[in-house]
Amino acid sequence: MDITTKQYRRCDLVKAVGRIDSNTAPKLREAFEAITSDGRFRIAFDMSEITFISSVGVWVLLETQKICKRYNRGDLVIANVNEKIRHTLDLAGLITFFRIFDDVLDAVGSF
Amino acid sequence: MYKATFPGWFKSLAKISEFVSRAVNEVGFDETTAYTVLVAVDEACTNIIEHAYGGEGPGEIQCSCEVSEDSVTIILRDHGKPFDPTTVPEPNFAVPLEQLEFRGAGLVLIQKIMDEIDFTSTPDGENVLTMVKRK
Repeated sequence: MDITTKQYRRCDLVKAVGRIDSNTAPKLREAFEAITSDGRFRIAFDMSEITFISSVGVWVLLETQKICKRYNRGDLVIANVNEKIRHTLDLAGLITFFRIFDDVLDAVGSF
Repeated sequence: MYKATFPGWFKSLAKISEFVSRAVNEVGFDETTAYTVLVAVDEACTNIIEHAYGGEGPGEIQCSCEVSEDSVTIILRDHGKPFDPTTVPEPNFAVPLEQLEFRGAGLVLIQKIMDEIDFTSTPDGENVLTMVKRK
């Protein structure tokens, strides 16, 4: 899984490509931690090229969301979730913890 | 019948997914259903590595897939600690974010996705998880 991060004026954009499972989730956690430990808590996550995400991957997003939302200091928003992943998040009842946008521009612009 | 054995490492998960997808594709599920079956298998294998084997390394996961006209049966075998799903409390995700706990999320997904699930432990120390998904 490849991860790129870009720092914008109002938020950070994280894009991951490939599969997020128990093997690769720690790498994603590190990418988010690098941002939040630097005191930035407004993050947009581009999922357009995520092919698979397990509950372990979703948990990384939820842990990051907890950190971002603490003291009302930020938010982790998600862009470009494909139908298969959205359906799985729905099944688990975990989609409600995120604002979801159809494209990256809207996600970044939401801050 | 497809059959393969994988080392109990997290890096096996992608390979197991690829292996199972051959059988799943043969049944002709719609794209979303096929994807969810792969999620269930990933969750089950992660649980085997984490809980049955207590981490990566010591054991193997044997995976077999049986395809019929309208269903796929996936059987996962391991030699770790036996698993009793009734001991896992049902997670409650309808809580405020800060109270959210992760435990049990994988099992919930497996139960929501698959049509039949059976956990059996044999006297010779083999755990057998059988999961069926119908069209």
